[in-house]
This record gives sequence, C-alpha cells and structure tokens, in this order.
Amino acid sequence: MDHAFSSANHAVVKHTQLQQKLKTHLAAMGFIAPSAIFLGVFVFYPLVKTVYYSMFLTNALGQPVKFIGLSNYGTLLQDKFFMKSLLTTFIFVFMVTLLTTVSALALAMVTSKHLKGTTLFRTFFASTMGVSVSVASVLWLFIFQPTTGVSDMVLNLLHLPPIHWLTDNTWSLFAVILTVVWMNLGFSFLALTGALENVATPLYEVADIEGVTTWHKFYHITLPQISPTLFFVGTVTMINAFQTFGQVDLLTKGGPNNSTNLIVYQIYKDAFVNLNVGKASTESIVLALLIALVTIAQFKLTEKRVMYQ
Amino acid sequence: MIELQHIKKRYTEQDEAVIKDVTVSITPGEFFVMVGPSGSGKSTILRMIAGLESITGGELLIDGERMNDLPPKSRHLSMVFQNYALYPNMTVSENIVFGLKSRKVDRATQFQRLSDALTMVDLTDFSSRYPRELSGGQRQRVALARSIVSGADIILMDEPLSNLDAQLRESMRYEIKALQRKLGITVIYVTHDQTEAMTMGDRVMILNDGIVQQIGTPIQLYQVPENTFVAKFFGTPKMNVIPGVTDWQNHGVAINTPFDPDALVGIRPQAAHVNQENKDDLAISLWLASMTYIGSDTLLFGTINNRDETVQFKIKGMANLSPQQYVTIYVSREDLYYFDLAGQALATVGV
Repeated sequence: MDHAFSSANHAVVKHTQLQQKLKTHLAAMGFIAPSAIFLGVFVFYPLVKTVYYSMFLTNALGQPVKFIGLSNYGTLLQDKFFMKSLLTTFIFVFMVTLLTTVSALALAMVTSKHLKGTTLFRTFFASTMGVSVSVASVLWLFIFQPTTGVSDMVLNLLHLPPIHWLTDNTWSLFAVILTVVWMNLGFSFLALTGALENVATPLYEVADIEGVTTWHKFYHITLPQISPTLFFVGTVTMINAFQTFGQVDLLTKGGPNNSTNLIVYQIYKDAFVNLNVGKASTESIVLALLIALVTIAQFKLTEKRVMYQ
Repeated sequence: MIELQHIKKRYTEQDEAVIKDVTVSITPGEFFVMVGPSGSGKSTILRMIAGLESITGGELLIDGERMNDLPPKSRHLSMVFQNYALYPNMTVSENIVFGLKSRKVDRATQFQRLSDALTMVDLTDFSSRYPRELSGGQRQRVALARSIVSGADIILMDEPLSNLDAQLRESMRYEIKALQRKLGITVIYVTHDQTEAMTMGDRVMILNDGIVQQIGTPIQLYQVPENTFVAKFFGTPKMNVIPGVTDWQNHGVAINTPFDPDALVGIRPQAAHVNQENKDDLAISLWLASMTYIGSDTLLFGTINNRDETVQFKIKGMANLSPQQYVTIYVSREDLYYFDLAGQALATVGV
C-alpha cells in the first residue's frame, strides 16, 4: 500500500514536471516569436521563394510557368554579359574595400594625434554616415557634371583637360568607386578611430624610449592592436560593396557601355526591366553564394593575422 | 650622473606649477627613490627625465649634457611601467628584443643579450610564451628584461610593483635591488609605498604637492625628518604630532622643550612604554579608548588632553592595561622630536 501510494505520488510529480517543461518552452517560444516572425517574413520566405523562382521559366508577370531545374544556372554561366558584370563587380568590390579601409585608417591616424581642431575634423569625416545614398549620389552628380561641375572647374584652374567622369568608359567605374568609398568612409573612420583610441599609450611610450622607428611602431604595435576592427571594417565594407545599387542607378544606370553594370544592378534590370524574374532570381542566388564564399575566404586568409585579446 | 636643476612643470600658462623647483643630483650606480602621496608629482618628474613630458623650466643634465629638448630615444635610458606595457602580440623574446631589432642591432648581439637577460630574470623557459599566458610577476620580469637588454645604464621605474600582490611585491623588491647591484646601473624608482622606498632606496626624495620635502638616506629620513610631513610619512604606525607644553599642563603632563613653548612635539608610537625607565621620562596621561593586541605588540588608541585627534602608541608584548580609562605611558626624552608651528623641525634630538 505504501508502495502504491509512492508510485501514484511519483506519477503526479512526473506530470507536474512535464507541465513545468511545457511552460518554459512556451515562454521561450514567446520570446523568440517576434524576431522569428520578422526574419521569417522578410528574410527566409523571400530566400526560399528566390530559390524556387530560380528553377522556373517565368512569364512577364513574374509567375512561374515551367519547372526547368538548374538550367537557369547553366545558361547564366555561359552568359558573357553576366560574366562581364561579375568581373566588374569583383574589381569594384576589391577597390572599394581597399580604398575605404586604407583611407579611413589614414584619416583616423591623422585625427588621433589630438591636435587643435581634431574634433571638428572627426565630425566632418564621420558625417557621411548621416547622408543617404540618393543625396550623396546627387551631390556627386553635381561634382561630376561636365563644364559646370566642381571637378571640371578645379581641373580647369590647374590647366588640365576636363574628365568625363560618368560618360567615359575608362573613368566611369572609378567615379562610382569614388562615391561609394566616400559613402562608406564615415562608418569605417569612426570604428577605426575607436580602435586607435583603445591602444594603450604606454606601448608607444616604451617604443619612443627604445628608439623604435615610426614604421615599426605602426606595423608592430598599431596594426596588431587594431586588427580585429580592421578585419571587421573590411568585411562589412566588402559585403556592402557587393550590394551596391543606388549609386549605379542614379549616376550611370550601369553605363556607359556596361562599364559600371554591377551585379545587383543587372539583377534589378533583369527583374524589373527585362521582366525575367527567373533569371534575376538565379543571379541573386549566385550573388549570395559568392558573398558567402568570399567572406569565408577572407576569414580563412586573414583571421590568423587578427589578434584578439 | 643625472642632474635636475630647478626643474619646473606647468601644463598651461595660467595653471599653478605642478612641479615647483626640484633640484637634485643622482650619482651613477645609485638606487634613487622618489616617494610621495598620489598627485605629489613624482611620476611627472620621472616622465620629464624620460622625455615623455616636456620640461617647463630648469635644466636636465645627463652626464653633463643638456637633455631638455632631446627626444626620449636620445637620452639613452629605459623605462619600466606600472602596467608593464608589454606588446600583447609578441612573445616574451620578441618583446625583449623589439627595441634592438628596430634599432638594427646585429643578430648575434641581440641573441646574446636576450639570453643573458632571460637568465637574469629567470624566464628562459618562458621565452616563447605570450604575455597573456604569464602571471603578473612574470610580466613585470619581462618588462625588466626588456629594460636590461637595451643596454641603457639608467633605468626609470614608475611604480613597477603596485599591480602585484603583497607577497610577490616583497620578493620582487629584493630581485630588482639585487639586479641593480649586479649590473651597477642607475635606477630612478617612483613609488607611493614608504616601505618600498625605505627598503630599496640608497637615497630617497620625498615629495608633496610638487615640492621636495627632503632628500636623504632612508635612515636620515626616519631619524632626522626635516618637517612633520616627512616625519608622518615614514614609519608605521605614523608619528604622533601633538601641540607642546602650554596645552598639556592641565593634565600634569609637561614637556620642557628647549624651544618655543608652542612647539609641536613628535612621538613615534613605538617609543612609548608602560613603565618608567628613566627618572626624567615624559609621563603622558592617555585616555585609552581602545587597544588591539597584535601578537608581538599591543596598539593603544586614545586621546591626550581631550583633544580631538586620536593618537596611537605601540607597546612591546601584551600590555596589562584596560581601556576606557586614563593610563600613564612614558617616553624617554631623547625619543622626542620638535617642530615649529609651521611644521619645520627645530632640532634633532635623539640621534
């Protein structure tokens, strides 16, 4: 009898335990729900849908008509037009990442000297963070404007021939790179300024006393100390550069002669101008994979040189 | 020879000087300690010698050569910082030879000096570790080795032991001192710890508010303090400084000072005893507020003459007294110090 009682008691305990577990789970779900729904609707559902579309022939209304498996991908890889866009994108991303990181670091180093007016310049350099892509593009449009633009005025003053920034094949990509670097500079500058401020002063003082050269101080003290931030800035800039759209759309529309036809712009044209959603979806997936690949490669290649404390 | 002649420091024109006229000569091979409470300017002086801080006034000479405007690297000295300042991305060895490498000292010399230094600070087995893998004491030894390796015959140390725990600090004191003796180098050592100053220094300069209070051997500072600040700074528990004779007479305690009757009288806590030893011993009537037995001694806390400030005495062994009543303690007359009301020593009795 005693035994029976204890076993019944045991069952009750087990039951309440189960209830308890369910309660915790429900609570956990409740907490996750907002972001899960948000991500589901705006990220995962479109992603799945894109993969789905990329395996179909679509009609002009963007509806899937015929399942064709992976042949969209096969066609794309043989598409010279797409391949050129890919190459342009790679050059663009490489240049933007390099120039942004290097110039942001240079500006951050200059303003880390605590001279008079440092704060003012810091505000200037960081201010591009508050400018939207459209405003920035219009601003640069004015600068690049033939004959009346600031650029030509300056060149004229220096007795140099004018440059057709946006209409000359050789300059157009560089012009877009310039505007994107300018846009990205604010954030990178701010992040690197913070990193430089965090390097302990005594490290430089010891170096000063020991007669360490300026270059050695930069290469052996500063760089390793800020390497995590540098790596972060590089990665973020690179991913952003891959997704550049606004500047191209407003400045060059991919031209002249497709010299600034970046992949995202190509996707946009395929989807909304050529009304070929299937192809655009395929291109999107390829772009996503490329970004992932390059990011992984960057991690693998540079992480060893990054020093986390 | 390092000579400071009327060295001054002010940060802006309007500000009051933080270092007011410091003059001292430090001889080669000397272990010179600068001690004082925080904000007294001792680190600032050290940094001015190093060249990390500009000199506002006066002359700094090293071996007769004016150093005021030379960059740190041209002063041929090295420095050890409180937080070690090791390069976190370099191993112990790399940290130690980094300066030599940058100055393009040849590899054979680098290697020789590195292994010598590692042996000296007993870190040979740790040469390929990173600073984060070392204990605080080991890190400070790496910093020492880095200083030694530079070949400078002057090493500046800015509170090098204050980040270490008490036990380690004590053993490191002897290590640093032994190292300095062995290498015959000049060390200028900044600390706020009076025990460090007393045990390590050949000579000690004590500072307060940017003003030199006294320069001398530890024994001189302890036995012949030039003012009440110095007298109170050295020795634990610190010296009791009490207004002199006129104030005391009510309670039957009178000190016949050979000076102004308003003089201040200084009594070191351990000078007190419970039994009269000499006929002319000073008898003090102490209101014993509380007492603490600490094994070798007994600490007495109380007041004299209903004055506000607490005085403290230290009696050998276990004192047979009870608190919350008047007790009489004795101090022999040669153990008394006398100061004028401005705190300057009047004469040196008892040396």
